[in-house]
Amino acid sequence: MEVLLALVIGVLGGAGVWLVLRPRTFQVVMGLVLLSYAVNLFIFSMGSLSIDHPPLVTPGQPANLQNYSDPMPQALVLTAIVIGFATTALFLVVLLASRGLSGTDHVDGEQDDA
Amino acid sequence: MTAWAPLVIVPVVLPLVAAAVLLLIGDSRRRAGSFVNIAAASAGLVVALMLLWSVNHAAGADAIAVHLTSNWAAPFGIALVADRLSALMLTIVGVVGVGAALYASAGWARKGSYFHPLFQIQLMGLNGAFLTGDLFNLFVFFEVMLAASYGLQLHGSGWPRVRSGMHYIAVNLLASSLFLIGLAILYGVMGTLSMADVAAKVALVPPGDRGLLHAGAAILAMAFLVKAAVWPLNAWLVPAYTATSAPVAALFVLMTKVGIYSVLRLWMLLFPADAASSAQFGGPLLLAGGLATLAFGAIGVLASIRLDRIAAFSVIVTSGTLMASFATGSTAATAAALFYLASSTFAVSALFLMVEPVQRMRSERHAQQPVYDTLDEDDNLDDEALPLVGRAVPVSVAALGLAFMACALLVAGLPPLSGFLAKAAILGAIVGEHPVGEAPVSTWMLMALLLCSSLFTTISLVRAGIRHFWSKGGRFAPRLKVVESGAIIMLILACLSLTVFAEPVLRYTQATAAYLHAPRPYVDAVFDTPPRPGPTTPDYPQTEAP
Repeated sequence: MEVLLALVIGVLGGAGVWLVLRPRTFQVVMGLVLLSYAVNLFIFSMGSLSIDHPPLVTPGQPANLQNYSDPMPQALVLTAIVIGFATTALFLVVLLASRGLSGTDHVDGEQDDA
Repeated sequence: MTAWAPLVIVPVVLPLVAAAVLLLIGDSRRRAGSFVNIAAASAGLVVALMLLWSVNHAAGADAIAVHLTSNWAAPFGIALVADRLSALMLTIVGVVGVGAALYASAGWARKGSYFHPLFQIQLMGLNGAFLTGDLFNLFVFFEVMLAASYGLQLHGSGWPRVRSGMHYIAVNLLASSLFLIGLAILYGVMGTLSMADVAAKVALVPPGDRGLLHAGAAILAMAFLVKAAVWPLNAWLVPAYTATSAPVAALFVLMTKVGIYSVLRLWMLLFPADAASSAQFGGPLLLAGGLATLAFGAIGVLASIRLDRIAAFSVIVTSGTLMASFATGSTAATAAALFYLASSTFAVSALFLMVEPVQRMRSERHAQQPVYDTLDEDDNLDDEALPLVGRAVPVSVAALGLAFMACALLVAGLPPLSGFLAKAAILGAIVGEHPVGEAPVSTWMLMALLLCSSLFTTISLVRAGIRHFWSKGGRFAPRLKVVESGAIIMLILACLSLTVFAEPVLRYTQATAAYLHAPRPYVDAVFDTPPRPGPTTPDYPQTEAP
């Protein structure tokens, strides 16, 4: 499971970086979205991966990470998702304004002739 | 726990409430909106000054005020910590905030919608970032500050703003991703994100995990260095700061300081000089980055003709100076750099505010031509047959010219104002750090770059002064509103008082630097703050049952 998750994060992050470096605004937005997915998964994985361990301490069981999963990264990732989503939505608005003002979807608002 | 600890939450709550009130007032009632905005910013300045006064007049552990939000004991929950550094930064935010609010009320606030609420939210993000004692909370306040800054940067709209704003937002979203990755790694290694807890436990990290700790800290620092505009991560700054409106640019001068503050705070907490194998980790890199930024900014200033570009590159020069001085790791240099931080922030903000009135002087649409009715044949005439001698310089031009001269002296660091005192203090500190003849190359480079940047700034600002004031000879008087000149005069007066009271301020920053270099009191203060007793605690004072 660790290898699979690491691969998923790596592919998402790599694709995100590649797309952010592209010259079209829509590609940049998609790249930022993919990057935020990678980052969110990464934060989530920091709470150690385990199956069938709710982040709840049940009475009678010692409260250590063998019996339950760490709730902190789950709380952190929730905040990060909300903030990332909001700022990306804001970026989309700016992108639309730029498209309207410049008439092109190039990040600099002008096409190279080459 | 001191009596004034509850005051710590005010710099965060006050702008939030003010923003809510301003939303209710709406954009239709301009005068009321401007009034509430200025009043809230002034109240924030007063609270910051109270905190500064309390911190300065308390001794030992009492000099650190800790507020436990939601009443969770450290290291659980979020602590807001007002210490010497935070109080100093809050005061700087307060002064620049009032100046920008005054200036904006003259007209900029009307150029688009929701200027005032965004302005207050920006202040809240800045204050929160300087106060928080929790790393994830620092991220949240960064995002609050950035989200407001995206809106403010685009205020007034127009293609240049949207174009630079798009780049600015994209860069900052990427930096936020780096911030989160760094946080996640730190949490994975340390199991906590409370700054005090991280500082207390950093010595316990086993050697095998040191690499991961350093990687996490380095990725986190990347996010801060983007914000602090350290070369080569600063290409976004000049277009964004020059395209945006004047009061917003003045406010944005503070945003680079948040990056500097975060690097300084975490570097001192995580990697103090006694942290064994992690001692001052990354110091050489920060120093090199600071020197490169200083060189880049100085060349940029020299190459700039337009006043707003000079101001934007001055921000980069400031960042480089601060980063390089802090990274020397010497207490004296840190103290001097903190003084420079205050002086340069006020001066560069004032310079940003002056860009627009100065440019107004050039456009004849807004200007009124003075009348000369005493033309004699003996008069010494200029190119356009107007008398050179005996021509009255309009008051607004004279005031603007004097303010420009003061700004130039401050930004370039020439005597007699506080810019000179700050640079002299930095130079003195880095020279005095090593015995004669044994100073490393970096010290000499820092000295040379500091002096070069002063020279280049002087040349550039003198050139701009000749172009805008001298060659025009005050032929066109700009219409200057009282609040606009009030804002500029206020910022320059703040620098003047820094000059007059240089000794107490320097004593304060020296105490701050000494305190930063030994982070133990910070950790103890956070952990020793007990939560207030609640109904479930045994010794809760019982009220009589009805």
